[in-house]
Amino acid sequence: MSEACTVLIAEDNAADRLLLSTIVSKQGHRVLVAGNGAEAVELFQQERPQLVLMDALMPVMDGFEATRQIKQLAGDELVPVIFLTSLSETEALVRALDAGGDDFLSKPYNKVILQAKLGAMLRMRALHSTVLQQRDLIVKHNEHLLTEQRVAKAVFDRIAHAGCLHAPNIRYLQSPFALFNGDLLLAAFTPSGGMNIFLGDFTGHGLPAAVGAMPLAEVFYGMTAKGFSIADVLREMNQKLKRILPVGVFCCATLLHLNLHQRVLEVWNGGLPAGVLRRKRDGTQHALISRNLPLGIVEAERFNDHCEVFAIEEGDRILLWSDGVPECSNVQGEMFGEERLRELIAASRHENLYDSVRDGLQAFSGEQQDDMSLVEIAVVDEASLPRQSMPVSGSTKQSPLDWSASFDFRASTLQAFNPLPFLMQWLLEVQELRPLAGTLHTILTEVFSNALEHGVLGLDSALKADANGFAAYYHERQQRLEQLKEGWVRLSFDHRPDQQGGALTIRVSDSGGGIPQHVLQMNTPSTPFSGRGLRLLHELADQCWREEGDGSLNIRVRWQHE
Amino acid sequence: MSEPRLDESVLMSLKEVMEDEYPLLLETFLCDSQERIRLLQQAIANEDAPAVRNAAHSFKGSCSNMGAALLAGFCKQLEEAGRTAQLAQAPALLSAIEAEFAAVRELMQAPH
Repeated sequence: MSEACTVLIAEDNAADRLLLSTIVSKQGHRVLVAGNGAEAVELFQQERPQLVLMDALMPVMDGFEATRQIKQLAGDELVPVIFLTSLSETEALVRALDAGGDDFLSKPYNKVILQAKLGAMLRMRALHSTVLQQRDLIVKHNEHLLTEQRVAKAVFDRIAHAGCLHAPNIRYLQSPFALFNGDLLLAAFTPSGGMNIFLGDFTGHGLPAAVGAMPLAEVFYGMTAKGFSIADVLREMNQKLKRILPVGVFCCATLLHLNLHQRVLEVWNGGLPAGVLRRKRDGTQHALISRNLPLGIVEAERFNDHCEVFAIEEGDRILLWSDGVPECSNVQGEMFGEERLRELIAASRHENLYDSVRDGLQAFSGEQQDDMSLVEIAVVDEASLPRQSMPVSGSTKQSPLDWSASFDFRASTLQAFNPLPFLMQWLLEVQELRPLAGTLHTILTEVFSNALEHGVLGLDSALKADANGFAAYYHERQQRLEQLKEGWVRLSFDHRPDQQGGALTIRVSDSGGGIPQHVLQMNTPSTPFSGRGLRLLHELADQCWREEGDGSLNIRVRWQHE
Repeated sequence: MSEPRLDESVLMSLKEVMEDEYPLLLETFLCDSQERIRLLQQAIANEDAPAVRNAAHSFKGSCSNMGAALLAGFCKQLEEAGRTAQLAQAPALLSAIEAEFAAVRELMQAPH
């Protein structure tokens, strides 16, 4: 027995009307009666019955027109209309179906058949309203999901905006909601004016793929701003993801460090498609191949943070992309494919590398797809980029102005530890030095790597004259560092206030006897590495001199009261 | 004619459905039928074929519901005459309907 509901009976014949309404009300339903179509429509509007029994031929308005109007009034809701007409009247049957009739009942009325038809129609009605409810629920859920994504994106944008994706040498293609497809693109200046770029692709879609992005972005921006090496950043990212992500969720990623004043590119790729470094000079290409497992899989002890190093020149271009690029498909469902992409890159003119790939993709797929990321980074002169200055802390904390400190870093520490971020953090406790953070970081990077590579490891920078030598140099550097048994680098700092402001003196010496006198005097840009670096020191420092006694290098940087 | 004047099994099931209201149903039918016959007379006098058809159709429906199979049969023939707009036989059919209805009324009004 179906649930009780209200049934409208439209029938002009009083005896038939009486008979039908008696049968229907005895089945437990509430009955409304109308003597013609117009009355039926009016009653429907007033009472919204759930089902209608409709005679075809009636005065004033016939059953066909009344049905059309009732169906229109019902809108989304299913109000079954059963026509009271004999199945032998073909013409009336067709008109009834056209008007929206759902079933037929012929005379003489049969109680059992009427009951069965009412039951079937009411079940259909219930099913339909369940479908409608579920549809509305899905719409509501979807709206809810989109709202959540908007909120999550707003929060994420606030974190991501710390970056420098807007820098003039970066171009990229990414849907605003790529985050929810697991794609993550970050870029930030390093304190010494270089740039770190991260492209990641989390497994999965939706919110689960997006949650890992927040801690990654924080690690990336926080550590990049403090001057950590990308090896340090990668280790921290891996460990963090390993700890928070469930098994089976990980992040394929490429992290680049663009050292613009030493003209060096460091690359680490774990699981992302091999990007491309393309030379402006001769158009040659180097694939930035994945040599590691994605982030968030291996334990900290087994994580390989080794980066590949390439010499770069102004005008060189680096192109990175996520899986979504080769996997994007056209209307026929055909994939773009790795091969087509490589051909497109090889055939494009150097200046149009990014445009060619983007246009090629759009021509193929017809529209921008949500789940692809493409980014191009051009190697430019450091001076053409906006220099980030460290925000001066708003606190009225007293700065330490009169002090000195000295640090000795010995073999096993030099092998595994980069002291610069910690030294920087200490130096920037002097609030007045904060505007000079970039300068200080550049100077420290320069003098520390100089002392380590030449003084302690005894490397000859003449090796770096060409690209092959360049790779050999970094290979040798790594080998010697791994085998290092003794040696040291000493960094001493002395800060004193004076009449105008203050002065910081940095003194560097090493176990190899310090910097040779003739190197310091070489001031020409033609000397491949040391010359360039030392020229930079002369530019940045207020004073720069060599101490005869221990061969130590001294750099003085001054600041003045506002 | 093989059709029965009143189908007893139909009347039985009507009694079962209507219970106390069975006499009201009979009365409603008889009263409504007189109105239908009046409409038919008028339509035939006016030679209004669609009106003949509609009135005959409606009358046919209630006759079949009430088990008056023979009467329903005459109505069907008149409805057909109205549908095809051939009203030559209509007055004769109407006479048959009037006579049959009178007989049915007598049966229905007889005490049970």
